[in-house]
Amino acid sequence: MTGAQILIECLKREGVEVMFGYPGGAVLPIFDKLYDADLKFILTRHEQGAAHAADGYARATGKVGVCIATSGPGATNLTTGIANACMDSIPIVAITGQVKTFLIGNDAFQEADVTGVTRPITKHNYLVKDTQDLARIIREAFHIASTGRPGPVLIDIPVDVQQQDIEFIWPEEVKIRGYNPTYFGHPGQIKKAAKLITQSKKPIIYAGGGIISSDAHQELKELAEKIQAPVTMTLMGLGGFPGTHELSLGMLGMHGTAYANHAIMESDLIIACGARFDDRVTGRLDTFAPYAKIIHIDIDPASISKNVKVDVPIVGDAKNVLGQLLEEIKKAPDTSDWLKTVEAWKKKYPLNYKEEGKIKPQYVIEQIYEATKGEAIITTEVGQNQMWSAQWYKYIHPRTFISSGGLGTMGFGFPAGMGAKVGCPDKIVFDIAGDGSIQMNIQELATCVCNKINVKVAILNNGYLGMVRQWQELFYKKRYSQVELYNPDFVKLAESYGAAGIRVTKKEDVRPAIEKALSIDNTVFIDFHIEPEENVYPMVPTGEAINRMIGGMA
Amino acid sequence: MRHTISVLVENKFGVLARIAGLFSARGYNIASLAVSETMDPKISYMTIVVEADDEKILEQIKKQLNKLIDVITVTDFTKKEHVDRELILAKVKYLAKNKAKLEGVLNKYVAKIIQHKADSAIIEAVGEQEQIKQLLQDLGQFGIKELVRTGRIAMA
Repeated sequence: MTGAQILIECLKREGVEVMFGYPGGAVLPIFDKLYDADLKFILTRHEQGAAHAADGYARATGKVGVCIATSGPGATNLTTGIANACMDSIPIVAITGQVKTFLIGNDAFQEADVTGVTRPITKHNYLVKDTQDLARIIREAFHIASTGRPGPVLIDIPVDVQQQDIEFIWPEEVKIRGYNPTYFGHPGQIKKAAKLITQSKKPIIYAGGGIISSDAHQELKELAEKIQAPVTMTLMGLGGFPGTHELSLGMLGMHGTAYANHAIMESDLIIACGARFDDRVTGRLDTFAPYAKIIHIDIDPASISKNVKVDVPIVGDAKNVLGQLLEEIKKAPDTSDWLKTVEAWKKKYPLNYKEEGKIKPQYVIEQIYEATKGEAIITTEVGQNQMWSAQWYKYIHPRTFISSGGLGTMGFGFPAGMGAKVGCPDKIVFDIAGDGSIQMNIQELATCVCNKINVKVAILNNGYLGMVRQWQELFYKKRYSQVELYNPDFVKLAESYGAAGIRVTKKEDVRPAIEKALSIDNTVFIDFHIEPEENVYPMVPTGEAINRMIGGMA
Repeated sequence: MRHTISVLVENKFGVLARIAGLFSARGYNIASLAVSETMDPKISYMTIVVEADDEKILEQIKKQLNKLIDVITVTDFTKKEHVDRELILAKVKYLAKNKAKLEGVLNKYVAKIIQHKADSAIIEAVGEQEQIKQLLQDLGQFGIKELVRTGRIAMA
């Protein structure tokens, strides 16, 4: 078999059903074999779209997403998507073509040192110099991407390696001596944690994306109910615990709910699981949760005690460790007073917005929630649209909220929604976008229409780069510098691609437009003209303690 | 404070770049780095001397190194009984009349003249950090024209 055939054979054996990508000179041998291969291929209109689509597919399905691009610019266009997957620990395998081995280093046409470029933004990467190594490398790549703390792996394959004909040997086993993730918590640590939990009076569970990647949502729910502790989630953790559950406090942090932030600040025990105490969550570190002992469960030892001092570190897979804890905890703490306090905060400081003026973005999202009964997959772009989506849609199931958390990549939501829809064709997929973000990967309209990938896009169109404008309003004396957008006619634009477009300027038309979009068997852009200067509240200014919120407290 | 860490890594191309990249990306400082093949040609041994003022940073450095797929083991010598050595080559001004004086200095250390020309001599010396520091001070009186150091290597 040639290297290209080996690649395709290995992908199939790894269970790959679909690839997202874009052809080019240095991947011609692979695309020639793809022509006959029984493998679904989605041709995107930009390599960045392919990387985000693979990422969205992985987040929605839990499988490894695969994308492919040519050497040089094809590969560099993937990099934002790869960095995005790396920051959010999403398993993708990116395949890139490379110039022939003997040309490497010669500044050949479309040559870039792609393993060099992607070294800091991948979990691991490979330059395949010999076709003999290809099958082993592909196996390793899928293994590394999907195990431990997941992440992107890149395989750079020179043209001559794709062309060389050798005997194919499928490596049955993967052995990497430097890579042995810890999956179960140390029994001694589990005992210590269980003791702290039993002794606590004001426990809170702080759940992150690790709950979702390890499929630990059931164990999390059991633990929360068993010990009667409220649960707050990071942006990445949304959906890991039902937003409709009475113990749910929603998201915490910079734009978290006031009650989640108060609860974590007043707690005497934080059970952190699959979260990493990011600066958007902790606010000013030296003021964070002053009364709390911390149990930190994470599969990545480097995430533990990186930002905050931890009392009981537990390295392991969230699902396993929560299971171990459930067995170990014999006596639940009495948290009834604590839950009353938390409930009072919920009543006193609910999320709110003023119903006046133009269409409110929060209202649009509430209506999407009601119209889809909380069962849609929501993807977001980055900025205000993202924070409103995190606040105003209640995520009931894991893998239904797909957002660029760590990297904060504008232009992520639309292609990610496309990937999610390919992975979950029976689900409604809604990308909640801003008028700025949607234009960063708008070319994927063509991909959606050509492949009948039915994604609904709600553009919260305020004519601004809203989050930047909000910061300029609050912290830069309303000096609006380069945030006003001149936009195309999104309805006509969608229609010109063969998609459908709906414009909504009145509140009473919001729900009918959503219902109409859901009834159209096509990709639909709904252009909601919203209140231009609506802000996301509550908000914790950077460098403040997270219970020092502004706005939205009335 | 300086800490000595040894790292066993897969002897593959790009591994040194991964280690160096990790240090620069995370803002850690390398004071010295020595790399060579081990008895097993598939494995390289790196001795890295790092600057880390607090325990937390040192812990992070070790954890981040361990996360690299090509890193096999990481050993921190900070609280471990170990020996470490550094080799230096120093070119000093050398005049015949100073011969006895220079040899007098060198005799106090594991050091010798390995080459000399009309006006200069190259000295080879091996020792622990303190000894090397002391030697360099003692050689100062002759005038050090050039200095090359291997960086520290360590073994437990």
